[in-house]
Amino acid sequence: MQAIIEKIEAGQRISGEEFLRLAQEASLHQLGFLANAVRMRLHPDPVVTYVIDRNINYTDICLSACKFCAFFKAPDEDGGYVLSQAELAQKIAETQALGGTQILLQGGLHPDLPFSFYEEMLRFMKKTGIHIHGFSPPEMVHFSRLSGLPIKEVVQRLMAAGLDSIPGGGAEILSDRVRRELAPNKCTAGQWIEVMEIAHALGLRTTATMMFGHVETMAERLEHLQRVRDLQDRTGGFTAFIPWPFQPDHTPLAAARNIEKTTAVSYLRMLGLSRIFLDNVPNIQASWVTQGPKIAQLSLFFGANDFGSTMIEENVVAAAGVRFQLSEEEIRRLVADAGFRPQQRLMDYTPV
Amino acid sequence: MDRFIEQAGLGQILAKVRNDERLTLDDGRALFHHPNILALGYLANMVRERKNGNQAYFIYNQHINYSNICTNLCKFCAFGKEKGHALAYEMSVEEVKDKVRQRLDEPISEIHMVGGIHPDLPFSYYLALLRGIKEVRPEVHIQAFTCVEIHHLAQLSGKPVDHTLRALVDAGLGSMPGGGAEVFSPRIRKMTCEKKLSGEGWLEVAKTAHRLGLRTNATMLYGHVETVDERLEHLDALRRAQDETQGFLAFIPLAFHPKNTELAHHATTTGINDLKNIAVSRLMLDNFPHIKAYWVMIGPKLAQVALAFGADDMDGTVKEEKITHMAGGESEQALGHKTLIRLIQEAGRQPVQRDTLYNVMATY
Repeated sequence: MQAIIEKIEAGQRISGEEFLRLAQEASLHQLGFLANAVRMRLHPDPVVTYVIDRNINYTDICLSACKFCAFFKAPDEDGGYVLSQAELAQKIAETQALGGTQILLQGGLHPDLPFSFYEEMLRFMKKTGIHIHGFSPPEMVHFSRLSGLPIKEVVQRLMAAGLDSIPGGGAEILSDRVRRELAPNKCTAGQWIEVMEIAHALGLRTTATMMFGHVETMAERLEHLQRVRDLQDRTGGFTAFIPWPFQPDHTPLAAARNIEKTTAVSYLRMLGLSRIFLDNVPNIQASWVTQGPKIAQLSLFFGANDFGSTMIEENVVAAAGVRFQLSEEEIRRLVADAGFRPQQRLMDYTPV
Repeated sequence: MDRFIEQAGLGQILAKVRNDERLTLDDGRALFHHPNILALGYLANMVRERKNGNQAYFIYNQHINYSNICTNLCKFCAFGKEKGHALAYEMSVEEVKDKVRQRLDEPISEIHMVGGIHPDLPFSYYLALLRGIKEVRPEVHIQAFTCVEIHHLAQLSGKPVDHTLRALVDAGLGSMPGGGAEVFSPRIRKMTCEKKLSGEGWLEVAKTAHRLGLRTNATMLYGHVETVDERLEHLDALRRAQDETQGFLAFIPLAFHPKNTELAHHATTTGINDLKNIAVSRLMLDNFPHIKAYWVMIGPKLAQVALAFGADDMDGTVKEEKITHMAGGESEQALGHKTLIRLIQEAGRQPVQRDTLYNVMATY
């Protein structure tokens, strides 16, 4: 352990084996001190950033039927929606009125909307000038299947229609054993990485997420982090990593078997471990949406240097029974109270 | 890890903590103003583990708030109501007994009972409450009446505090909770709770109880208009009292909840502030056996984390808590036994179910 600690303090990369040892043996304090050391090395200024944006889920109709999701409606189920252009326009106008700079645009995997629908949606939204952070890799793979176009062309055409960057959703755990068990209809771990690699090569910045605390092992969490770190070594295209724990309420997975919600201590440990292992991803986001303001604030000492987004609208976690709300003012207060300077940013982390 | 503490400029305090030396008020000030919560947590954890090892305590208890009618009407309180107010209530002895009866099938070892300063209930009512509870549940330990209530009951009974306490003990009182301490500073009491028993009066009642062999807890309500120095003076007063009597069991820092109070314009406490109060209390109160992270006030998530920042007790399963919830506290009304055990285990601690006096009832 001492050797691993010294390695991290010296700014060296740790191996997968060392990661597993830390996960097993390090105390909460040790992980905090080490993650904080990595964070302060990458970001010596005591600044914590955040973005003002809104999630827009253009549809909740989804073919994927992931067992951990409480948000989607199956195509044959009643009550699913597809947002109209008028609804989109109103949501964007509200966002801009609140000083928002971007829209996180994600849907389900709708069975039969044509590819042109998405291009038109982007062109329509782009008239407002807002940054569109949209379509996670499973959606890109889905569009490619539906249209018969290769992924590269899908991404290029969406970029031409106004796509600015890609959110890191749908990564869940980047291990095919876990994906087969929980989300067999979703793209594979390799496909997720492939979409991101293509996007990075085309000059798009993206984020990466990880949803943990369900059926995965620590070794599978490591596999996830390893895939992200390897791709980042090749492309440098990830701006941020956002780990957050599975929220079980109202999900088919929690109905089928007893999965306890990840506790705050386990969240902080994973956050710290991510910061330590992903030495090449510049930013780590705290998840106040799942953890609430108190633990999110504490996250700033466990590797997080970004408070994420104000999330004027959020639907997916809310569907799983968790509803925290934070205004921009409250985020700024929490950041300042923790001894950091709050700074609004854009998707690519340039200050506003 | 010591190097991180030295880098944080806390090397001298680290040396004192290692040698089990008492920290000064200046040390306390440096800790409260220190920006790195990890360093405070690490130091507090050394004391916590020295005193309580890897154990984390919880209790199976029942809360009963017999009445919210109160003549003090403190500005930080959303619970107390004037007699005649639409939300005012008082329970008859029979109603309290019913509350106890309804949960006889649960392994409750403690009844935690506090109320307000009621203008006209007689002393006999309080004795009847205790006797009534014991009638329904003879084995249960009753932890009831803050020092503020005891002082009021002494006035009602017309006898000195020690006589009054003896009568209450005869009726079934087992120990006293730590409420009503707020912040001892006369400035704070004048600003927020002018009618309440003074800090000196509170300490006098607690010490009297200790001399009779009653154990009590102590609290501090932080996060409103108090200064860091006022917190430290509060902690120091408790530390001196404990040197005299050794009667305090646990210290419980209480986070102020502003909603529905006269101080509603104040912001709620932050997670860092909550942890700081726990950690600094653990470090300053070197003669207190236990520091409690009361999850009802700070939420179960932060209470779990607090087990690594100085706290060794998560309080209990708690149902029907009214005082925090009327002030906008958003934590769950009850945490199941299993949830508490799991939170403690995931924090890497050993869950210990205790009775009121910290005797071990079960380990998990």
